[in-house]
Amino acid sequence: MGKTLAEKILSLKSHGEAKAGDVVIADVDLAFVQDTTGPLTIRQFKESGFKILAKPQQAVIFLDHAAPSPAQQLSNDHILLRRFAEEMGCRIYEVGEGICHQLVAENFANPGDIIVGADSHTVTAGALGAFATGMGSSDVAVALALGKTWFRVPEGFLIELNGVFPRGVYAKDLILYLIGQIGADGANYKALEFGGEALAHITMPQRLTIANMAVEAGAKVGLFPADKITRDFLIGHGRGGNYKPLYPDAEANYERVIPVNLDQLEPMLSLPHAVDNVRPVTQVKGVKIQQAFIGTCTNGRLEDLAVAAEILKGKKRHPGTRLLIAPASRQVLIRAIEKGYIRSLIEAGAAILPPGCAACLGLHQGVLGDGEVCLSTANRNFKGRMGNPEAMIYLASPATAAASAIRGEITDPRDIM
Amino acid sequence: MTDLVLKGKAIKLGDNISTDDIIPGRFAHLRSNLPELAKHVLEDAVPGFALKVKSGDFPVAGKNLGLGSSREHAPVVIKMSGVGAILAKSAARIFFRNAINQGLPVLLCDTDKIGDGDELEINLTGGKISDLTTGITLSCSKMPPIMSAILKEGGLIPYIQKHRDFVIER
Repeated sequence: MGKTLAEKILSLKSHGEAKAGDVVIADVDLAFVQDTTGPLTIRQFKESGFKILAKPQQAVIFLDHAAPSPAQQLSNDHILLRRFAEEMGCRIYEVGEGICHQLVAENFANPGDIIVGADSHTVTAGALGAFATGMGSSDVAVALALGKTWFRVPEGFLIELNGVFPRGVYAKDLILYLIGQIGADGANYKALEFGGEALAHITMPQRLTIANMAVEAGAKVGLFPADKITRDFLIGHGRGGNYKPLYPDAEANYERVIPVNLDQLEPMLSLPHAVDNVRPVTQVKGVKIQQAFIGTCTNGRLEDLAVAAEILKGKKRHPGTRLLIAPASRQVLIRAIEKGYIRSLIEAGAAILPPGCAACLGLHQGVLGDGEVCLSTANRNFKGRMGNPEAMIYLASPATAAASAIRGEITDPRDIM
Repeated sequence: MTDLVLKGKAIKLGDNISTDDIIPGRFAHLRSNLPELAKHVLEDAVPGFALKVKSGDFPVAGKNLGLGSSREHAPVVIKMSGVGAILAKSAARIFFRNAINQGLPVLLCDTDKIGDGDELEINLTGGKISDLTTGITLSCSKMPPIMSAILKEGGLIPYIQKHRDFVIER
């Protein structure tokens, strides 16, 4: 019997044969927390009576969600996390270094790894062929202490991608389209695995965007095979030696196969207040927006800023629309400065925020007012997500966000490009 | 051994109650002050929930309860409101696991059959729910043995304090 990617990785890491439906105990290669889930993780770790981390070099703390801190309580949480890192001898990424998932992709994730993070978008690292999944604080506390955790081996959905992205259509449009098709709970407890001929030209930044939102269909992981694109990314980030090819078996058993022809896709949007409330941009054009936000673990990478800068270069944001840009990491920001993107964006009227989660989750740096509408490149538009239950959030690609910032209303990027 | 039975009143919630509905991100500064945080439980989705809920009540949700963020504070504040268990038609995986890790039973059953305010009797041992108002009995889907074992100990931390490891029964 052939294995899916999820079954292969969990077999390897549980030192046995793992098939869908089994419960296994697996070695954890990386466990991490961020600043809004880390304090509870520390409390649970200490309450369990643990004194040391199983693998301090494979444990990381990220200060990204409330960074820099907007409130004294959160500043105190940061102090707690810094002390814990010092006490335990684990790595901590400080305010301004970037979003946990981007830093995991840049510095840690390898094909075949098991990664658990106290953040639901930990699935992002599936782009590199890592079985990466979000867990709560208690589970991560125990994973930090024992260096392992338990999993129910998920059934797989194979998303078979063919064709090429048309002009103005991006990875974000693909994943929004898919979530619209599958539904917000359609892949609950499943592994979304991506395959098909189109993978040969779907870049690592695009894969990160796609894997990032697997959880919005309820999935436990969003997995890509490890191929030449993975190898080149790892070489480019100084860890080519960690590359190993990883593919599902030809006769792997998938619960569902969903073919998608990229040629047929168009720019898509998620409408308030549900990620699976998906429509083509052409059906929603003209909705006035007061804020456009480009960034996050979904779409804050260099390639995203390049698309936005190309559209906004020499143009101005609409006077009624604020434009917020948050690069996903310090490395992204430096490269975007070197390439001139940041200058184009600032000249177009953007406010550049420090690398981090920024406005995404309603803590700071772009909280919405009553009745305001934001077009965001993030991954969630739940009621209240951006700090105000009276506000409306639409999700789209960086191209759609940039085009809409110019016109002050939801705009098809193909009308401007 | 006698069965563990809980009794209380159903408080109906809708479908797709997200962790942002349960405890919005804007209260993240209260996450290290759980009693303060708990005052805001479900306030955007069910205004006045924290005042309305009585010890022993059961929130009864529709499908995909707890979708979204991994914040374990969501089941923590629901548990702090005094409820004995949560019922739902289906639950998002991280929320489900977090609730069990907090020792809060999440029972998956056909919640369409339960009305707001119905008196329920829940046999946790047998996985049966009796709606005393309508006379209907519902059965719950089973969870993996490791989750039942964690729940039996009162959550993941007491489970780990006892076993110091994960134990899988074959």
